[in-house]
Amino acid sequence: MNNQGRPTAPDAANTNTLAPKTHSGNQALNQAVQLIFEVGDLATTGIDLPQPKGTKSRLGDQARKGPIGLPGLSEPETMRHYVRLSQKNYAIDLGVYPLGSCTMKHNPRLNEKVARMPGFADVHPLQPIATVQGALELMSELSHWLMTLCNMPAVALTPKAGAHGELCGMMAIRARLDADGQTQRRRVLVPESAHGTNPATAVQCGFTVDEIPASGDGRVNLDALKARIDSNPDDVAGIMLTNPNTCGLFERDIIEIADAIHAAGGYFYCDGANFNALVGRVRPGDLGVDAMHINLHKTFSTPHGGGGPGSGPTVLSDALKDYAPVPYVVQTKEGYDLVENADDKSFGRMCAFHGQMGMYSRALTYMMSHGSDGLRQATEDAVLNANYVQASLSDVMTPAFGGVCMHEALFDDRFLKDTGVDTLDFAKAMIDEGYHPMTMYFPLVVHGAMLIEPTESESKQELDRFIGSMRHLAEKAKAGNVEMFKQAPVYAPMRRLDETQAARKPVLRWVEPEEVGVAAE
Amino acid sequence: MMKYTESHEWIKLDGDVATVGISDYAAKALGDVVFVELPGVGDDVDAGGELAVVESVKAASEVYAPIAGEVTAVNDALEAAPETVNAAPTEGGWFVKMTVADASALDALMDEDAYKDYCAGL
Ligand SMILES: Cc1ncc(COP(=O)(O)O)c(C=O)c1O
Repeated sequence: MNNQGRPTAPDAANTNTLAPKTHSGNQALNQAVQLIFEVGDLATTGIDLPQPKGTKSRLGDQARKGPIGLPGLSEPETMRHYVRLSQKNYAIDLGVYPLGSCTMKHNPRLNEKVARMPGFADVHPLQPIATVQGALELMSELSHWLMTLCNMPAVALTPKAGAHGELCGMMAIRARLDADGQTQRRRVLVPESAHGTNPATAVQCGFTVDEIPASGDGRVNLDALKARIDSNPDDVAGIMLTNPNTCGLFERDIIEIADAIHAAGGYFYCDGANFNALVGRVRPGDLGVDAMHINLHKTFSTPHGGGGPGSGPTVLSDALKDYAPVPYVVQTKEGYDLVENADDKSFGRMCAFHGQMGMYSRALTYMMSHGSDGLRQATEDAVLNANYVQASLSDVMTPAFGGVCMHEALFDDRFLKDTGVDTLDFAKAMIDEGYHPMTMYFPLVVHGAMLIEPTESESKQELDRFIGSMRHLAEKAKAGNVEMFKQAPVYAPMRRLDETQAARKPVLRWVEPEEVGVAAE
Repeated sequence: MMKYTESHEWIKLDGDVATVGISDYAAKALGDVVFVELPGVGDDVDAGGELAVVESVKAASEVYAPIAGEVTAVNDALEAAPETVNAAPTEGGWFVKMTVADASALDALMDEDAYKDYCAGL
């Protein structure tokens, strides 16, 4: 226990009576981690400079009077703190990271090398255009690749993640509708399996969401969709559809869906988060898509999920391209230039500057090093891997839908029925097996959902080990080892955390222990 | 008598005021509830319209109005103690009280037995 009554040391291994409880709380390389406030203390400072002579403060009454309230740590203490934390972190560089809908693929080291080249890494957004021609060329080249892979005539690079790209696409749709005087079109159709960012984006743009039910096979119910459109085609602004959808299934009726939306006078927003299942095989422009974001951080291998920022370039159709946000790169006779000012059609600006340069350089490196044939193979391998996982687990776990999947395998919790183990327990047991758990309880349309996306990064050997662990756990659950699951994780540094309390009563600020004492009185 | 919707709300009529909450089945399916967003007193709701939002460790979902009416009271206590929804979904865990625009609308909803059968088939 630390001085706030919070256990800091792993006690799981203590089921082994030979393992002594150490005085330090450390267990060899498994070091106990204290909060940074507990490493240093408020009264000390890691940097002790003499008061500069002969200077006079001009801050007047703005000068700080009390202490700043941050712990004072020396450089080695600071380094150790973060290194210890990093050693407790799960990462794609450590093991299989099958988090569905997130495409946690390997981030090639070549990307990192290119991203660190000074011409890309050390540029400033306010630098004169003539001095950043290489960076602009890279952005232009990336745009070209994205437009080609999608068969779409325009792309807005600036959106900073998938959800931001959705906002970009929906703002373009809204701008077009407003420009055409179609201001009565304020309804956006969203299938019930959609990622939460879809309805949130629609609402953010001033639309109202109409939920479209799924059919029994996990895809959009086309009849229900058409019935909704027919009931009032004039209020339909568009549809937001994910393909492959969040159940990992290809929306077979996508062309008919696109036609129905267009016939009604609406636009088709495609959520491209799952583009890793399509690259090189399917071009969204051929499906009738009007706008689609591409999560560079998923499909094109830029580190994400605590490892780096997102980037959500959004491709636009002929109908929407004039409404694209600024700034964007253009090629002129003299070289590359930036269009900074919106004309009367563009819906404006989403970011102060030009987007995530570090993601652009990594994504383009990935594309160019794979080539178009390599990108297609990556797609095929991703789909093959997911189907291998699904097929290898189908006899012990319960796939949510029949048939082949795309890039992710979705299971429900029927195989856990009457075992006393639920999806959460199963995920926690995966932590003990040394794997990051799969996505759970999403999509919401599937009971106790477990969504596994292996990506193309995993070899057959690696997948077989992972499948072996999953089979082992499924069999343990069915054999009645409930306690093992309820206790899990026992090997994680912090055991099972109280997620409910953390959500109900989040502690967002560190308070000095004395204060805690005072407050308790 | 308590009536139920297919989207797992219950409604109970007391004179001309109805109390609405989510069923025991829904509370169990959601898991530990961590947040409840309630409508404003005086809000008019349509049958099937969004009435409240409930968030659990697993999911956030909407609570729909079983019938049309006007919200006359909300269970403010859920703000500080959302766990009541899990502990007593049909009692202390009620969400809102509302007027009943048309009492015959209740006839279309499921009674206890029909709802039990409905859940068993899910
Ligand atoms: C289907 C789907 N849509 C949209 C998003 C949002 O993308 P981002 O997290 O980059 O904002 C995600 C991300 O997890 C997703 O899985």
